[in-house]
Amino acid sequence: MRDFFGRLFSREEGSKKAAKDRLRLVLVHDRTSLSPHLLDTLKEDLIQTISKYLEIDTEGLEVNIDQEEETMALVASIPIRSVRRGVVAKANS
Amino acid sequence: MAGKVLVVTSGKGGVGKTTTTANLGTGLALLGRRVCLVDADIGLRNLDVVMGLENRIVYDLVDVIEGQCKLRNALIKDKRVENLFLLPAAQTREKDAVTPAQMKELCDTLKQEFDYVLVDSPAGIEHGFRNAIAGADDALIVTTPEVSAVRDADRIIGMLEAHEIRSPKLIVNRIRPDMVKRGDMMDIDDVIEILAIQLIGVVPDDQEVIVATNKGEPVIFDRRTRSGQAYYNIVRRLEGEDVPFMQIGPDGFVERLRRLLSRDVRRRA
Ligand SMILES: Nc1ncnc2c1ncn2[C@@H]1O[C@H](COP(=O)(O)OP(=O)(O)OP(=O)(O)O)[C@@H](O)[C@H]1O
Ligand SMILES: [Mg+2]
Repeated sequence: MRDFFGRLFSREEGSKKAAKDRLRLVLVHDRTSLSPHLLDTLKEDLIQTISKYLEIDTEGLEVNIDQEEETMALVASIPIRSVRRGVVAKANS
Repeated sequence: MAGKVLVVTSGKGGVGKTTTTANLGTGLALLGRRVCLVDADIGLRNLDVVMGLENRIVYDLVDVIEGQCKLRNALIKDKRVENLFLLPAAQTREKDAVTPAQMKELCDTLKQEFDYVLVDSPAGIEHGFRNAIAGADDALIVTTPEVSAVRDADRIIGMLEAHEIRSPKLIVNRIRPDMVKRGDMMDIDDVIEILAIQLIGVVPDDQEVIVATNKGEPVIFDRRTRSGQAYYNIVRRLEGEDVPFMQIGPDGFVERLRRLLSRDVRRRA
């Protein structure tokens, strides 16, 4: 009887689930792999934009694509030297 | 009115591009369309043997492009179906004997004469692939329900998009119902969900395909075979007909219940 219900309700028990899960993961990566060149251009643009507001340590700046399960994130670590005074004053007024 | 150039491509090798091209071309011609098959797999000519036309080749695609012969003289007429022609690939040349611009020009000329021009693409994503898609208006992507084939198909879809071919149609080949049933093969829904493109055909894995290939007679001539029927359905969809897909996937709950019950009854009897 247990065998009966087991077979009745079982789904995705074989290797197909593994195939699907692995495919999903590998495709997330395939589809978004930014070329190193593009990543560099992105970095330059980021530096330019952020420098309008903050004085940053461009040497220590890091930009990466992080991938976890099915979600991706652009992760940037940007060390700040100091906030530009003029910008803060303008933003507050 | 000009016809349509369809490229049959896949990324991964050996998934059934040539078999698909031969069967769809034959099927369209059987419906009365004027069809030209173009073998773009230069150096690895295959479409001629699958079609059973290997003994009739005099000139090939490279001869035409280099102006060694007239296009008309290189086209081989099929021996069974009216209005079906093959332009064979060169066997002893390199893939770079042809440029994408030349292929586009050739396809543009052919579609003035034919309703359908089906281009059989080589595997890979390099020069031969770029030649094959150069003149295409649309694409048929062949895959099998396996991880590597689906992954390569995804890559190809991206590359086609960059070439302004934005709505390729998917053919899932070599489905094995027994494996799908026990959960050891991705089913159609799984593949569609992952690739997110329109499905135009599902072809079961079928020994008759190999038998037909041995004889040089596309399996679509025998509509009693499951694969022949599947190819015929694709042909009708290409012609704009709304044909339901063959049921190959695992059964629904009710179906499984019914089968299990009947098995239990049989055992008791
Ligand atoms: N539905 C099917 N059932 C059984 N065998 C099949 C099926 N489709 C294709 N095959 C077999 O698979 C093999 C490869 O097929 P085919 O030559 O059409 O692939 P291809 O994609 O053109 O390969 P290549 O990348 O080398 O050009 C052949 O032996 C063919 O008979
Ligand atoms: Mg082939």
